[in-house]
Amino acid sequence: MKSVITVLAALATSLAFSMSARAHGEAQLDHAPINPTDAASLQAGARTFVNNCLNCHSASLVRYNQLKGIGLTEAQIKENLLFTGEKVGDMMKVAASARDQREWFGNAPPDLSVEARVRGVDWLYTYLRRFYRDPSTATGWNNTVFPNVAMPHVLWNLQGMSQARVEVEHGEGHEMKTIVIEPPTGGSMTTAEYDRTIADLVNFMGWMAEPHAIERRNLGFLVLIALSILILLTYLLKAAYWKDVH
Amino acid sequence: MSTSPSVDRQRRNLLIGTAAAGGAAGLAVAVPFVESMQPSERAKAMGAPVEVDISKIAPGERMTLEWQGKPVWVLHRTRAQIEGIAKSDELVVDPGVEQAQQPSSLKGNKLRSEKPEFFVAVGVCTHLGCSPVYQQDQDRFYCPCHGSKFDLAGRVYKGVPAPTNLVVPKYTYLSDSKLLIGTDKKEG
Amino acid sequence: MAAADKIVTTTGLLGWVDERFPLTKLFREHMSEYYAPKNFNFFYFFGALSLLVLVNQILTGIFLTMHYKPDAASAFASVEYIMREVNFGWLIRYMHSTGASAFFIVVYLHMFRGLIYGSYRKPRELIWIFGVIIFLMLMGEAFFGYLLPWGQMSFWGAQVIVNLFGAVPFIGPDLSVWIRGDFVVSDATLNRFFAFHVIALPLAICGLVAAHIMALHEVGSNNPDGVEIKKTKDPVTGHPLDGIPFHPYYTVKDLFGVSVFLFVFCAIIFFAPEMGGYFLEANNFIPANPMQTPPHIAPVWYFTPFYSILRAVPPVFESQFPGVACMGLSVMAFFLMPWLDRGAVRSIRYRGAHFKTWLALFVASLFILGYLGTQPTDVWGRFGEGVPLVGGSERATWGARLFSLVYFLYFILMPWYTRWDKTKPEPTRVTG
Repeated sequence: MKSVITVLAALATSLAFSMSARAHGEAQLDHAPINPTDAASLQAGARTFVNNCLNCHSASLVRYNQLKGIGLTEAQIKENLLFTGEKVGDMMKVAASARDQREWFGNAPPDLSVEARVRGVDWLYTYLRRFYRDPSTATGWNNTVFPNVAMPHVLWNLQGMSQARVEVEHGEGHEMKTIVIEPPTGGSMTTAEYDRTIADLVNFMGWMAEPHAIERRNLGFLVLIALSILILLTYLLKAAYWKDVH
Repeated sequence: MSTSPSVDRQRRNLLIGTAAAGGAAGLAVAVPFVESMQPSERAKAMGAPVEVDISKIAPGERMTLEWQGKPVWVLHRTRAQIEGIAKSDELVVDPGVEQAQQPSSLKGNKLRSEKPEFFVAVGVCTHLGCSPVYQQDQDRFYCPCHGSKFDLAGRVYKGVPAPTNLVVPKYTYLSDSKLLIGTDKKEG
Repeated sequence: MAAADKIVTTTGLLGWVDERFPLTKLFREHMSEYYAPKNFNFFYFFGALSLLVLVNQILTGIFLTMHYKPDAASAFASVEYIMREVNFGWLIRYMHSTGASAFFIVVYLHMFRGLIYGSYRKPRELIWIFGVIIFLMLMGEAFFGYLLPWGQMSFWGAQVIVNLFGAVPFIGPDLSVWIRGDFVVSDATLNRFFAFHVIALPLAICGLVAAHIMALHEVGSNNPDGVEIKKTKDPVTGHPLDGIPFHPYYTVKDLFGVSVFLFVFCAIIFFAPEMGGYFLEANNFIPANPMQTPPHIAPVWYFTPFYSILRAVPPVFESQFPGVACMGLSVMAFFLMPWLDRGAVRSIRYRGAHFKTWLALFVASLFILGYLGTQPTDVWGRFGEGVPLVGGSERATWGARLFSLVYFLYFILMPWYTRWDKTKPEPTRVTG
């Protein structure tokens, strides 16, 4: 038994090591300052999403009236978030077909319903704040988190424009190129305001990717409490039977 | 029940005969079930040739299109890339293009294409069928699944899991800017 | 014995049933008068837990099929429909997806128990063989099920594994077309995988589980001391002195084990259903795209040791077959265990240093191969150009080759190291 425990302990360490190794991505990501239970933030994010993202990206797995889950009433959804002719029972789809979009953009913009589960909220939060001007690309924009991304900086009038310059460091026999991004200028928001807007948007996208996440955690606490009681009862039951086994 | 130790030949022969006939019948019944799992007529009909306009592909760019459900690439090779292919002769398994991975008319053609600029290949790794990534900065195709590498003529590098070159499909030029992929005959 | 001669001692409704169906007889044979060794430890929970997870998978699976659509155009959206719009659909789906990983955890621990206490040895060879077949079917079941969400990992995982069969000499290419029912992984493939996943394999698994338990109850359970409890019986009752009735002793003990397991299981379902990308992979939230392979693909964690072995073997004469064959052999080798082990004792408690060392090496290589299988092949960088023989090649590939070798040597050398081992004398009775 002892040798078995040693083996298992060694394995547990190696497993923990491999788990942490996986968690480290390539680019350094900023932690998204979001609270998924903050209804005001989710609603602000929903407005940003509908007014900007939904012009090109669908969220075709989400039904408008599911937004009741972030504290909106059907009347509010109808008034603030719906385009003319849409019903609250409709899915959040863009009007253009994927084929048309492929012709306009070269690539159909991805559906964003579960994007936060593909990329993670920290990635989205960092990505949406790291656009810079790059005359060499088709859109005139580039991104440090997603190099050569096809999407232009849609929110540039809020954040402003960042210029980039390449610094070349000459070492022994090699060159190190670093892209230095200047702070954005000319936006209608301060950096703090823009970061808040993006945090709200990302918060909403996180909600949209798994609308039942809060319910899941809340139910989880109840289930674990109930199971703790069951563990205690079954332990006592077992002990009551096993007292005559020697 | 018979208790006699001697063998009843009639029973034994009939048992063998019945077992053989029953086994054959069982095998015959399996045939329709096994055959039903083959590609259906609809699946076979999906292989029609596709036409593609190659005039919009910028030099150095690759276009991906779908043929028989598989990705097919048309790579517009730059002059430097065409010259670079000769340099990878030492790195690849089959520098003389002897493997039967292209239409017979291209055998021994080091660029593995009808016209040097336009390289057409099925974008499926010959290892286990992933679609390799075009790494333009390194002038190669790299398979993300198991690390196989191919040069810009689709010739496989030595020491990687993929055994053979990328497949070049049959194709024909309808005009200078129009390709028909999937056949070597012009269709009227 | 004719039906009229049956001795029925039960009365009332139970008596009525017992005259027509051997209910009490079955209960006695398999529960209240099945004598199990009294010294079962922690590792003996995992058989019952495997059964529990099997029931969980079947029940949640039935309810998932009520909403899921096995159609390439709507499969991905139907899974998200379950997650979003079906009442408690998210819970049932997470129970099923977490259950898949939990199944492998409990089955691996159950198999490990067999390895350390020699449960595969005479007269339990058939129990072990049925078990290995169940394990193989479980791998198939997990593989077929993984295609159903029709995400990028589903698609490319199926693409790679089906193409493995293409490496079989002569019939390979035709075989993989036959499995897919198309020239690429497509709607036809999804449909048949659904059929295998929801009916063919579950049916076979249930039958084999029944055979596994019947064989076990025929010969009796092994125990951590590896001694046969049937050898020392009470002269009066005829029951083994070291045995206790399975019911009520092990039913109540397993109930406790079940509640602890459920606590951990539910903690994952409710608080970490993705388990850091190990139980549900991020790339599988992207719908399948046959035109583009994701930048890094790896199988789900329970397949990664075998996948590492596949990747480690280089092609021979332009053929993939050796790698595929090695991967197949790495699972098939378990079938031979009862005949490879020539040790004088069963349990690790009385084995010598050779056995313990090889077992530790085996389990360590399993974990390292498992880790490497989740990573790209250049995860440990490359050897410097100046290093002889391996200069410039990937360290992790050589690591995987080394540990694949250790994995196989555990089996290949077993007849010798188990025989040469200095074992301690086995007691005649269990030690508790």
